[in-house]
Amino acid sequence: MTIRGYRIPMALSLLVWFAIWEIVGRLDWVFLIPPFTDVINALFSVIPSARFIDAVTITFQAFAIGMGLALVIGIGVGVLMGRIPAVGSLMGMWVNIFESSPLTAIVPALMVLLGFGLPTMIVTVFLFSVWVIALDTQVGVQRVNPSLIEMGRSFGASRRDLHFKIIFFAALPELLAGIRLGLIRGVKGVVIGQLLIAVVGVGYLFELYSRNFLMPEFWALLIVVFAFAFAASETIAYFERKVAFYATTR
Amino acid sequence: MTTGNGRDATVHVRNLTKEFPGGIRALEGVTFDAPEGELTTLIGPSGSGKTTTLKIIAGLLEATAGDVLVQGRPVRGPGPERAFVFQDFALMPWATVLRNVGFGLELRGVPKAKREAEAREYIAKMNLTAFEDAYPHQLSGGMRQRVGLARALAVDADILLMDEPFASVDEQIRRMFQEDLLRLLSEEKKTVVFVTHSIEEAVYVSDQVVILTRGPARVSKVVRPAIDRGGASQDIRRSRAYLDCVEGIWDELRGYLEA
Amino acid sequence: MGRTDIAAPLAGEAAFPPGPRRGLLGGLRRRPWILRAGSIAIVLGLWEWAGAIPISIAFPPFSETLGAFAEMIADGTFLAAYAETIQPLLVGVLLTGLGGILAGIAMGLSPRAEWLGLPVFIILQAAPSAAIVPLITFVYGIGFAAKVFAVVLLSAPVIVLNSYRGISNAPRSLLEMSDAFLASRWQRIWKIILPAASGMIFAGLRLGVAQGFTGAVLAELLITPTGVGDLITYNRALARYDHMFAAILSIVVFASVSLTLLQQLEQRMFRPEMRPA
Repeated sequence: MTIRGYRIPMALSLLVWFAIWEIVGRLDWVFLIPPFTDVINALFSVIPSARFIDAVTITFQAFAIGMGLALVIGIGVGVLMGRIPAVGSLMGMWVNIFESSPLTAIVPALMVLLGFGLPTMIVTVFLFSVWVIALDTQVGVQRVNPSLIEMGRSFGASRRDLHFKIIFFAALPELLAGIRLGLIRGVKGVVIGQLLIAVVGVGYLFELYSRNFLMPEFWALLIVVFAFAFAASETIAYFERKVAFYATTR
Repeated sequence: MTTGNGRDATVHVRNLTKEFPGGIRALEGVTFDAPEGELTTLIGPSGSGKTTTLKIIAGLLEATAGDVLVQGRPVRGPGPERAFVFQDFALMPWATVLRNVGFGLELRGVPKAKREAEAREYIAKMNLTAFEDAYPHQLSGGMRQRVGLARALAVDADILLMDEPFASVDEQIRRMFQEDLLRLLSEEKKTVVFVTHSIEEAVYVSDQVVILTRGPARVSKVVRPAIDRGGASQDIRRSRAYLDCVEGIWDELRGYLEA
Repeated sequence: MGRTDIAAPLAGEAAFPPGPRRGLLGGLRRRPWILRAGSIAIVLGLWEWAGAIPISIAFPPFSETLGAFAEMIADGTFLAAYAETIQPLLVGVLLTGLGGILAGIAMGLSPRAEWLGLPVFIILQAAPSAAIVPLITFVYGIGFAAKVFAVVLLSAPVIVLNSYRGISNAPRSLLEMSDAFLASRWQRIWKIILPAASGMIFAGLRLGVAQGFTGAVLAELLITPTGVGDLITYNRALARYDHMFAAILSIVVFASVSLTLLQQLEQRMFRPEMRPA
């Protein structure tokens, strides 16, 4: 948007929203929405607190392990699905079904089978994120220009060379997009998992704050989680932009 | 005339038959020789299996029946004595020109310093030195094909297989490329099998033109353009021999197009 | 800012030139339904085996789950449950659809609206909005409104962003053509931009329904036990795991079937635009 010829970056609109938040908070219209400045203050008291650090530690553990598994298995399966059409047809149906299903419904089953701790959270993160990673990897691999593969073969590339020097880079834009979406879904997974389990991690903290009507603390925690999800997503988006220069001339 | 390496680089194509899944018979007994050191062109109506034949020679496709013999041995896949130039260039868009040209050598495990030196030599021959560190998306179509050609030359194969290499290049550059190709081949003696749609191009560059029928394709006729290539290019393109040859081939093809 | 979850990629056709299609694999490839049926059989077989071992006392084999499934159909439990769950889902999606599409169109057409709205919705889409769901009860109680709000909260970003993308990606050559033929601003919007965007808008609705399912289930698990969510929680409390798994299975099946139907509707209505890109 431009005002009188000056281009105003979009991120600044958030300042407008924060201002609105502050005003609404001060007017005390909705009990749930405290003034923005109170929330910022709460950030400083929440973040260093032991409870928060414990919660974040366990949450991050679950997230990291679950995502790691999802990346390894998702990319691996995606490549197989993309390179071998039979595998693609066999597994494609399932990957598609679970990619758009309300996986939240499965979490109660996980709680019954795996308990109320780390394993359930890890599996939840894994299940939320692996499908989109596999799917986008498959699409990326399928879209590799056949000429590039023929070119590799014509110069005697080994299967390893073909995959790591050609297919990987040619599929990278889609791969990165899948990873970014997977990261976002992974964060949703760990939060939903913890909300349902309710006795661990940030889910527990959310429960605690809302039960005790500590609204500024609640929103402060929410901002922290939102910020993490956003930061992770934008990190990958940065790499996506780095490879964008060749994404269109493939 | 032997090629620079002294090895027999004639390509013998014997009774090549190719059937695709679904029952499409592209080739039905294609037989011809591409004599070493010469440029043989495959020409024919669209869908006549020219590219299929070329890819079988390259080892990128498997024949249903028949054989391709190179240096006395049947072709069973790609090999170091054959290099391919692609119609859509097949450059890695994430790599610089220098890396792309050296890629064939890279796949063979040639150490970096050596392969970059080799690559630079051929980049220079293609007049692309200024663009050594550029990426494909920064180059025009003609320049990209020069990179593809440099890459194929850098591996020092005896046999060059070119799949409509100038089709994606604009018309004005195309003529220049044809002349450059001839000049290049006079220095680097290679056996070339060339596929094109353009009769003028075929007659201009070739020692031998193999005309294929419409699919399922056979060899209809083999023509040797009796052209004196000593003169200036514009004289060649207006010489009697050239024009007659072009018209002769056109007559032959017309029969298949109207069938 | 990179592609957000705007239109899930369509699992496409293999792009490689097919290798020799001889033999078993070739025959299978010509009849995909055999492969699919086989795949389902394998998975169900694994489920049966895992349940029979058993992996856990809480993990019933497929046959028992199927039995509970049939029972719940027969005695009308599913009908009652879904009748309840579907209401906030439909109302929520309708509201978000109308409001969201309008918001997305506004953002696509007006730089000011775009400036204000885009960052917010991009953040909302990346963020785990589920965390807000428990809070809803403080404002909307534990009734219908709360569940509708959950659906709206989760489905709004994708609907808005898809409509926005559809509008802002109107093909430039068509716009130039309309200008060349002297189209007015409104004609431009009605005759070119909106029709061109309709494919992406519908895709956004479909994705919004998928998210809406999550919202509805989440609301029923977190806020107020009703409908299908209650089936899960209730049976879990009674340790009737076969019924619990049957309920979960029903949700997955229901969601998949509805979304597949929506996708086919979409491809039929917008076939030229819905080429896998």
